[in-house]
Amino acid sequence: MAPDSIASLNDILQKDEGTLLQGWVDNQVNATAFRPDRTSRQELMDYSRRFLTLMREAVKAGEQDIMSPAWAGVRQMLDDLSVARAQQGFSPSETATFIFSLKEPLFDRLQRALGQSEGVSRLWLTNLLLDRLGLYTTEVFQRGREQLIIRQQQELMELSTPVVTLWDGVLALPLIGTLDSARTQVVMENLLQRIVDSGAAIAIIDITGVPTVDTVTAQHLLKTVAAARLMGADCIISGIRPQIAQTIVHLGVELGTVVTKATLADAFAIALKRLGLVVQKASTAPRRRDDDGADARAAGERGEG
Amino acid sequence: MERIPILKMGEYLLVTIQVDMHDRLAMSLQDDLTSRIVSARAKGVLIDISALEMVDSFIGRMFGDIAAMSRVLDAETVVVGMRPAVAITLVELGLSLPGVRTALNIERGMELLRGLIGARGLDDAGSA
Repeated sequence: MAPDSIASLNDILQKDEGTLLQGWVDNQVNATAFRPDRTSRQELMDYSRRFLTLMREAVKAGEQDIMSPAWAGVRQMLDDLSVARAQQGFSPSETATFIFSLKEPLFDRLQRALGQSEGVSRLWLTNLLLDRLGLYTTEVFQRGREQLIIRQQQELMELSTPVVTLWDGVLALPLIGTLDSARTQVVMENLLQRIVDSGAAIAIIDITGVPTVDTVTAQHLLKTVAAARLMGADCIISGIRPQIAQTIVHLGVELGTVVTKATLADAFAIALKRLGLVVQKASTAPRRRDDDGADARAAGERGEG
Repeated sequence: MERIPILKMGEYLLVTIQVDMHDRLAMSLQDDLTSRIVSARAKGVLIDISALEMVDSFIGRMFGDIAAMSRVLDAETVVVGMRPAVAITLVELGLSLPGVRTALNIERGMELLRGLIGARGLDDAGSA
């Protein structure tokens, strides 16, 4: 941009800030991209005023490269605005309208200040400058959205459900987070595939990490259990917290013949027993008494089942 | 017309479904199997569906029907080797086949059949 061009821009920004601001905000509010549900005139006014102040500083420095340190304040302000708008759900063009709607009032002033003849070329240069700023907001907007997507992907990864092998022939599926139908599908496919791969006869579904169990969640759990049974594997549901037991009964959810246990340890013990395995203490002397105790407990469990 | 072979192994019948089932094939399998259970005096039926890739509600119901018919004819039925996709489909169709015994593979299925028939043999002996 030629020095005198920037000088005239500077002039206008110094003298005409009030009317410029007014015209700009009017433009933004009247634009098709205006979102009265997401922002207000007052908010736009605040942003626009801050922008004009920062831009005046930058233009006063006579610098025309918007990536130079003189424009750092403007860029920072656009960063904040664009990221905020990305998170509020604005589209890129709605965001860029913030800059582009400044064109008309600013050109108007420039034209009046310069007269027709030499105005055109200078207008063009200002035009370029504003376009670049507009594009910059779009870029940062995209970056803001990408950050959002990356964060959501991480959350999804954390929610993904691993199938772990507790013992030869015993799988465990610790569920964490809400069970919706899409997730149930993934969980079911994972579990069934692992049953095929490992030839496991028993699968323990642990719902300690499931915050609430409603009729839909219970339905999904029962579906998974039924599918595993069709493949020839038995399912045990464990990790049922007292509140969840109450909810299940109050909702009248029928768990049918599915074996349920309060803790994963209980479920694992049952699984080992079905496989004909026994867990013993390694030391010899006090072992006999402990074994008796374990046997008594086991007998109690058998009676209960 | 194609038929599904039914193999006799001692007191068990072995049915391996290796083609995609259609309704007529399913009906003829029901016919063949029931008459074979009677003629062979079979005590157990093992149906291997590990090659079956697709099921619809009709075929799903057929497994339940076959199990129920065999039970009436005093034979136990075990369905083995169901694929995950088939299991999911059946569950989504609302067919969890409560009357059908299942096992992961032929080996486990045979074990299960022997157990069932062994237990029943003891019961019969006890009541007699």
